Amino acid sequence: MSTQTQSKKPSAKKHIDIALIGNPNAGKTTVFNALTGLRHRVGNYPGVTVEHISGMLLDSGKQKIEMHDLPGLYSLVPKSLDDKISSDIITGRSKELEDVRLVVVVADATNLSRSLFLVTQVVELGKPALLALNMMDSAEKRGLTIDVDILAKKLGIPVIPICACKNKGIKKLKAQILTQVTQENGKFEPSNFCFDAETKNILQPIQSWLQSNTSLNNFSCYAEALRVLSNDLTLENWRTNLENNQFAELNKTVTEVRQQLETKDTKWHRMESELRYRCIDNIYSETVTEVNIKKDHFSEKLDRVLTHRVAGPIIFVLIFGAIFQSIFAWAEVPMNLIESFIGWLGIQIAGIMPDGVIEDLIVDGGIAGVGAILIFLPQILFLFFFLSILEDTGYLSRAAFIMDRIMKGVGLSGRSVIPLLSSFACAIPGIMATRTIRNPRDRLVTIMIAPLMSCSARLPVFALMIGAFIPNIMVGFLTLPGLLLLSLYLLGILAAVVAAYALNRFGSKKQRPSTFVLELPPYRMPSIRWTFLQMWERAKIFVTDAGKIILAISIILWFMASYPKPATEMSSSQAIKQSYAGQLGHVIEPVIKPLGFDWKMGIGLIASFAAREVMVSTLATIYNVEDADENSHTLREAMRNETDPDTGKKVYTPLVALSLMVFFVLACQCMSTVAVVKRETNSWRWPIIMIIYMTSMAYVGSLLVYQGGLLLGLS
Amino acid sequence: MHTKSELLPLDNLKPGTKGVIDEIKKNGIDETDLMEMGLIAGTPIRLVKFAPFGDPLELEVRGYHLSIRRSEAKSILVNCSE
Repeated sequence: MSTQTQSKKPSAKKHIDIALIGNPNAGKTTVFNALTGLRHRVGNYPGVTVEHISGMLLDSGKQKIEMHDLPGLYSLVPKSLDDKISSDIITGRSKELEDVRLVVVVADATNLSRSLFLVTQVVELGKPALLALNMMDSAEKRGLTIDVDILAKKLGIPVIPICACKNKGIKKLKAQILTQVTQENGKFEPSNFCFDAETKNILQPIQSWLQSNTSLNNFSCYAEALRVLSNDLTLENWRTNLENNQFAELNKTVTEVRQQLETKDTKWHRMESELRYRCIDNIYSETVTEVNIKKDHFSEKLDRVLTHRVAGPIIFVLIFGAIFQSIFAWAEVPMNLIESFIGWLGIQIAGIMPDGVIEDLIVDGGIAGVGAILIFLPQILFLFFFLSILEDTGYLSRAAFIMDRIMKGVGLSGRSVIPLLSSFACAIPGIMATRTIRNPRDRLVTIMIAPLMSCSARLPVFALMIGAFIPNIMVGFLTLPGLLLLSLYLLGILAAVVAAYALNRFGSKKQRPSTFVLELPPYRMPSIRWTFLQMWERAKIFVTDAGKIILAISIILWFMASYPKPATEMSSSQAIKQSYAGQLGHVIEPVIKPLGFDWKMGIGLIASFAAREVMVSTLATIYNVEDADENSHTLREAMRNETDPDTGKKVYTPLVALSLMVFFVLACQCMSTVAVVKRETNSWRWPIIMIIYMTSMAYVGSLLVYQGGLLLGLS
Repeated sequence: MHTKSELLPLDNLKPGTKGVIDEIKKNGIDETDLMEMGLIAGTPIRLVKFAPFGDPLELEVRGYHLSIRRSEAKSILVNCSE
């Protein structure tokens, strides 16, 4: 008897959606690339920030088959945002992708037992499905012989053995997909094998409720009933999809069944896992022959060094040290090139265009703004190049394994380590790298503290202030400037620890703390093509999405620094004084006076909201020093000689410099970061909270330093 | 023949020890997270090592490697036969 949804005849609809799912590390991405080539489309799921990648499997005039690469998951019970998206689409709860014609499940043949958990769940949905059994060659090398035909018979869905990284079996897989979407499911009829008569009896009340009150097909009602019974998260997931009174009814039915089971001392929350693995163990023993099992000695031997008690952490530090060093060193050349190119472009355009407002807007607002975006691109590309390789090889999981103990101290997990380390180079790629964090609460906290890691853009400001005001004397075996620089970095880390603790304590309590479950996959060769594809996608997202916001803010800042136009010819320092930015500097002077700052620094602070390094060029403009950079002696001297016209005292003292540096460590002064946070959290709420909490911390920090210093008699 | 067997929480095992999961206790942890990954009563298991700073730990189960924290591992009782 056919119980599945065969009423849905392959319609005349030209566009067919199919879904690709699988466990993380099953090689799903490789399969996706092999099937769709480079014809990708990256989008966002509406309302959430998880990426949605799809590609055309077939695009003939008559028919289009679009394959959706869903986030990897271990079970249809949703634990994170990623999981929920995949599971909603597969189970037909998603409103975005309602009609998935076929579900292609990718499983790792070397890891069949655990992979079958998700596979059996999918089969029991009763939707047309097929299993792509990946890494067959590795399985054979290990001494595992899998009888594909018996497996297909047992599961009731077609099974295609493949080896995606060598492009083996891909043609057959594609042909099978086309057969299944264009024809009926053929001779295959999925069985709900996990359910014996006794289990069906227990599930009956929930099953019949689901059958008569939801759009689930008859076939999948048993599976859904089991999941709802065993797991509160699945039950909760129904709340959003049902009317209130309906949900109450379901809840009541489930509670009754649970209570009944409790009287018989049956642990209902274990039912799904236990039943499923019992049935998996049966399938496994009938389909897999293990002869001379060879363990993955290579990975284990490598781990003997890479996660060794002493060598592990040392290698970790060396690897990331080398990566950051190369980001700084290698990115500098293209960054300088971009900078010169933008400068050159500005001059060229200024040369062609007639002088006037439009020219100023395009050159000082538009092009300068675009420059501010593009300047970060080399660092982003380099970081993602290395991260992608580390992720593909499997080292990233080891990094999380090594560092988890330390991160647990601040309420995070090992998965936050990489984004936070990346943020020392630049918070933007760091924040974008938080997508590897599966727990949404951890991800949010990591995004919120990432900008406190002192990024490379703070360095020019530190260099200017330290160079001008901190005497080069030895303290122990370090110089005072070196020691101070180190302390500034440590201050940022300390502030991040405090912020993480506070956010975990007071913020977003609704999210449950998740269990730390991390797979350590075997080491594998990275795919260079995929690495470059990922770099390209990240860069595109950064330039297009964050770019728009950065451009808008640059134009506003340009306007404020250039208007109102001076009535008479005057120097640029005088012009900036009477501009809106200058006026604003005077307005905020009373507020920043307790920190030891005057209105000129106020302008710098306002301008450096755009980007921290703008501080140096703004100060240079105000002091009217041409071509100043952080090593410029003239700017340093101008600042050292600056005196207060009223009191005749020096404006800049080492204490003021210290106060200013503390402000720069703690304040959120980077519109690119704000734009990226807006994009990654999909709301203005978190970027606004970030600006407020970081700026408050910066104010209080500087206040304590300056006023404390004055009390101690420093000046 | 009666072999000597011992019931131990997983985090008390020495690296390299093999055993069979006897029970997963509910100690305020979400045991379904662990069970879905294949940690079921009756499943053979091997403790591979502890992470450099003592936590988390690495297991081999069902032919793959998995890392969980000590706080979760102590809820897993393992039957170690020697």
